[in-house]
Amino acid sequence: MSTAGSIAGSTVLEFEDVHLSFGAVKAVNGVGFTVGADELFAVIGPNGAGKTSIFNVLSGVYRPQQGRVRLHGTSLLGKRPPAIARLGMARTFQNIELFANLTVLDNLMLGRHQHIGYGTFAALAWVGRARNEELRHRRRVEEIVDFLELEQWRKLPVGLLPYGVQKRVELGRALAMEPRLLLLDEPVAGMNLEETEDMARYILDIRDELRIPMIMVEHDMGLVMDIADRILVVDFGTPVATGTPAEVQRDPAVIRAYLGGAAEVAGEQAPA
Amino acid sequence: MTIGTPWGRPELYTDYKQDMALLNTRAKTLGVAAILVVAALLPLLVADDLLVILGGGLVLAIGALGLNLVTGYAGQVSLGHAFFVGVGAYTAAVMAGDPDGRYLGLGIDFMPLWLLGAGLIAALFGALVAPLATRLRGLYLAIVTLGLVFIGQYLFFEWNDLSGGPQVGREAAKPELFGIEFTVDNGFKGGWTEEQKLFWLFLAVLVIAAVAARNVARSRIGRAFAAIRDRDVAAGVMGVNLTHYKVIAFTLSSFYAGVAGALMYSASGHFTPESFSLLMSVQFIAIVLIGGVATVSGTIMGALLIALLPRIAGELPAFVPFLSSSASEHPNVFEFEQVMYGVLIVAFLLFEPRGLFGIWHRVRTYWKSFPFSY
Repeated sequence: MSTAGSIAGSTVLEFEDVHLSFGAVKAVNGVGFTVGADELFAVIGPNGAGKTSIFNVLSGVYRPQQGRVRLHGTSLLGKRPPAIARLGMARTFQNIELFANLTVLDNLMLGRHQHIGYGTFAALAWVGRARNEELRHRRRVEEIVDFLELEQWRKLPVGLLPYGVQKRVELGRALAMEPRLLLLDEPVAGMNLEETEDMARYILDIRDELRIPMIMVEHDMGLVMDIADRILVVDFGTPVATGTPAEVQRDPAVIRAYLGGAAEVAGEQAPA
Repeated sequence: MTIGTPWGRPELYTDYKQDMALLNTRAKTLGVAAILVVAALLPLLVADDLLVILGGGLVLAIGALGLNLVTGYAGQVSLGHAFFVGVGAYTAAVMAGDPDGRYLGLGIDFMPLWLLGAGLIAALFGALVAPLATRLRGLYLAIVTLGLVFIGQYLFFEWNDLSGGPQVGREAAKPELFGIEFTVDNGFKGGWTEEQKLFWLFLAVLVIAAVAARNVARSRIGRAFAAIRDRDVAAGVMGVNLTHYKVIAFTLSSFYAGVAGALMYSASGHFTPESFSLLMSVQFIAIVLIGGVATVSGTIMGALLIALLPRIAGELPAFVPFLSSSASEHPNVFEFEQVMYGVLIVAFLLFEPRGLFGIWHRVRTYWKSFPFSY
């Protein structure tokens, strides 16, 4: 695991001074951070702190009133979700957003949508280009099936699968997009200990083997402190602290945000 | 056709190509081949009056495949299908019509040309309507497409040079290809009858339409349709351009409707503007619901059932004593047929939402695992 404050290689994402409000509610209020190559960056904060809003700004679902967001130097502001997806941003959702009637394979193939190039007429005839491309991308999808150990569920509609497996399929669908930055919105929410440990292993494999930088929003403090390289703490849309897990745990402002208590109790109250 | 899997191990695949084939088991290959052979031989085995009904069912199936693409696969509810069928029927009639006749006509006899023309003009209208679907969803879209039917009715009723006017109508396009006149009866001189020839023509067009629909459904286009239907926000994040694919769905759907419209009145040779009413749209929706949403084989089964419904109702008085075959007595078969429509839709929605396809699927699963229950 990388050490304090170090950003390996170049900067993948720059998120600068972003303001997003809905009427009088300031969902994101001057948040800024950067994510480096191979970095697992976590965003934490109490409920309603604006974590998911940050993700929705990143993937183009919300448009901030102010700020700068750049992926590999390209500004994402004002771009629509499909355009941002084409730039290499993939995400999973807090409440699973899979295509429930489609099989695991079809869901993963949808992840490859933007990499498949043939048009409607080729699809109607299904000869030559369409068939070859489908075959080629099926092979890529099978690599992900292999990576996430989804073999036994390949041809089942995802709506029938257990929750933990659905979470994994959603991760697979995001990986199928060959992202340059992966956003994980509460990847272990609602999972039992065993499923959480499996997911943690997959996330670490993605960072170390596939070398895809990630931003993770998660409430499971144990998981975040164990696997994240750096952490951003937000509260009421405002950034509280940024740093390594160790730094963040000692930060008095963080403890105040989480426990509402005084800074003096920091020593005893820091999460394990 | 290559059969890649060995006997007794139908789900053993040694490469992805076998797995992804349209007919990926031996049972499917043989089953489809058997159905095609029976269908092709049907005109030799079945009386001409039944053949007309079945042929009508095949044309309905072409149109219903279109509706299933936009509503079943892409999830965009359309009540305007009758309008596109009408556009197809009039385009074909005008293209193939007599240039010196009473109504608009261009005198293009070559069938593939007016068949394609009917599909393309209908598709053009579909593409024009599609942007509505990018703004509206569900019930709202259904109501707006319902408006199309009324606009179409007004147009067809008032434009007499095109349609001949209400209750008068005009002649339909006559299919003719390479010297074969499909609507000329040669039965008495030992040739094929009109009914036989038309059935084969409709069958050929349906097979092409069905294979193409199936191909679209399993392609990236079909996956994008399903993504929009199931979760449109996630579809956008996956890089699926919603507007683009909704336009494709409506365009394809209308093309099918146009082709079906061009062929729908070949047998009777004549049609009036009253045909393209809301009732026709409802008929197509009934076919999709009864046959099976987002299935190709189900759509064809549903279309045949709906086409056969009047005939089934007509045969009933022989078995059900209180049912009359005369329209002046009650209850009669015509009332029964109307009621059956509603009952079938309600019953399928309640008990088998997957339609006839679902019933077939259950039968197949039962025999696949026989004698075990699962």
